[in-house]
Amino acid sequence: MYAYTKQDQRIVEERAAQYKDQTHRYLNGDLSDDEFLVLRLQNGLYLQRHAPMLRIAVPPGMLSTKQLRKIAEISRDYDKGYAHISTRQNIQLNWPALEEVPDILQELATVGMHGIQTSGSCIRSTTSDEYAGVAKDEDIDPRPYCEIIRQWSTLHPEFSMLPRKFKISVTGSPKDRAATQTNDIGIQVLSNAEGEIGFQVRAGGGLGRTPILGPVIKDFLPEKHLLTYLDAILRVYNRYGRRDNKYKARIKILVKAMTPATFAEKVEAEWLRNKDSATTLTNEELARIKAFYTPPHYEKLEASQVSFLEQCETNAEFHQWVLTNVSPHKAPGYSIANINLKACATAPGDISAENMELVADLADCYSFGELRTTHRQNLVLADVKQTQLFELWVELYKASLATANLGLITDITCCPGGDFCSLANAKSLPIAEEIQRAYKRIDTANDIGELELNISGCMNACGHHHVGHIGILGVDKKGSEFYQVSLGGCSTDTTSLGKILGPSFTADEVTGVVEKCVNVYLENRQDKERFIDTYRRIGINPFKERAYEKAN
Amino acid sequence: MKKLIKNREIIEDTWSTVEDIDSPSELPKGNIIVSLAIWQQYAETLKNREDPLGILLASDEEPEVIKNDLDQFAVIAIHFPKFADGRGYTSARELRTYFNYQGEIRAVGDVLRDQLFQMERCGFNSFAVREDRSIEDALNAFNDFSLAYQADTKNPQPLFRR
Ligand code: SF4
Repeated sequence: MYAYTKQDQRIVEERAAQYKDQTHRYLNGDLSDDEFLVLRLQNGLYLQRHAPMLRIAVPPGMLSTKQLRKIAEISRDYDKGYAHISTRQNIQLNWPALEEVPDILQELATVGMHGIQTSGSCIRSTTSDEYAGVAKDEDIDPRPYCEIIRQWSTLHPEFSMLPRKFKISVTGSPKDRAATQTNDIGIQVLSNAEGEIGFQVRAGGGLGRTPILGPVIKDFLPEKHLLTYLDAILRVYNRYGRRDNKYKARIKILVKAMTPATFAEKVEAEWLRNKDSATTLTNEELARIKAFYTPPHYEKLEASQVSFLEQCETNAEFHQWVLTNVSPHKAPGYSIANINLKACATAPGDISAENMELVADLADCYSFGELRTTHRQNLVLADVKQTQLFELWVELYKASLATANLGLITDITCCPGGDFCSLANAKSLPIAEEIQRAYKRIDTANDIGELELNISGCMNACGHHHVGHIGILGVDKKGSEFYQVSLGGCSTDTTSLGKILGPSFTADEVTGVVEKCVNVYLENRQDKERFIDTYRRIGINPFKERAYEKAN
Repeated sequence: MKKLIKNREIIEDTWSTVEDIDSPSELPKGNIIVSLAIWQQYAETLKNREDPLGILLASDEEPEVIKNDLDQFAVIAIHFPKFADGRGYTSARELRTYFNYQGEIRAVGDVLRDQLFQMERCGFNSFAVREDRSIEDALNAFNDFSLAYQADTKNPQPLFRR
């Protein structure tokens, strides 16, 4: 992963010092609430229902064990001893004190971490594929471009006061694990017929109130022009994005209003003014950044290790975990191990300080000292030798971190919702827990197979409910909490947005409705169809009929 | 007289702003900054004035519309209706990089200390800091950072080329 230079380090330290001064002036009464709001958000600090929430950037989902240990320490010293993985691969602390945040940021700076631009109307931290660099299906490693974008977007002079938040995501695999179609800008790294690297660029995708899949505005942007082209998109957005209504301020509304073709033309014209300027990437810079992502020294191993296969045969639980939580690695004899933070009765994505330290030790021992966070709120050890999977699993199992449900119905993606978030319409965590309880038996969940279930507490859609095979959204109906269920969303392969099933349900009804939908699938599935495949084949009506049928 | 930060120093502001007149005879003597509307209506009269002239652009008025008249203006003031409205940053950047404007670019309106550093990078060199705030304190803003990643109007090379 990228290692900070002295200059990177200096910028983060100066930013922490700047924020310390800003907090000081706020507490002194020299900054109004509204003024401080913008400043603190751009440093990741929200004021939530019970306490502030600090969002720490993990770009692009890569963490060193040193960094994770630091977060464990901070969570103990300044918070309640746990942290939360967000759906944008960042890490959140739910209970810091506003007065102490400058000290936390200073602590974070010692390990090259910060909360810069993790919230607010600016370019947010870039996300990517959690299997980047190791996935078997990957064409080109997207991470160097994420880092290049991180540097370009950090404290960009012109784009610090955008109409609204701005999210960029980059993938280098045909199977899109980075949700590039539902970001403000989605970038697919690819190579053309001549073998040159470039990007397919989408703009104007997004979830929230008006979910839209981002249209392609550039089929092939040569590698060196990445930043001048991004500058052009942002300049058009900064100039013309709506500022009169925050619900219409995202770039997706602008692209739609202008039409994607006109928007693309505007960007192209703007780009031509700036193309080939000094911001054009140099070969040296590209090589410098890529060098940080050269593969670690893999041993030369057989693809299928005998001892590993034996372990699978003799231990059913381990085998189960391997089937669900281990993904193929591009280096023979290595695997990608997913650590699921979705055990029943713990909030999805939460991890205690002790477990952070344990996982850091395991990463040092088995995975070159690196970890990744995922948009499904789990952790990944990306480079584990097959022969060591069993030892790893035993350690995880002892700490209750070996929940074998990756991609299953109980691997719920869920925002903090009404228990924490002041924007929420309804609680999300209790719903997640109830569904997890209903499908607690692993063979039941396994039989259902791949099923993405996503829950958001309001239409801000932090839980990505639109792209869940089953999506649940908290809505407010005359002051009480209700839930709208949608079906058919998908964020990978063929991206699609879910369709609303019908009138919303009370908290008591939701799990029953989910069960009914799952049953319709089980009764109708053919061969190896996943829930989403069956849904796509038979349509929403059978599900609707079942969900709303009168009890007799 | 009102104070102003110009080129990182506090000076007296010798300009007055005129946004609304019924006839050009109402234009006062001395240094004046006129709105785009006044300029568009009375350009000929204004060009013949002896005293220096400036223009005020609202946040949604693009520099493009005055690009052929830039040599008429000693000052281009860009208005920030709210400090969180970032359009003015793009206007200043365009004036400096695309139209090569060398005169004074002034930030007016909701201009606050914590934005000055980035404004200066976009090409502003004078700042009418909001009057209820300490202008002396605002001077500290320019030392917030000692380096930056991107190319800007002060440093045309991005960090990776330096
Ligand atoms: S979706 Fe709504 S309730 Fe959930 S975290 Fe986001 S803003 Fe809060």
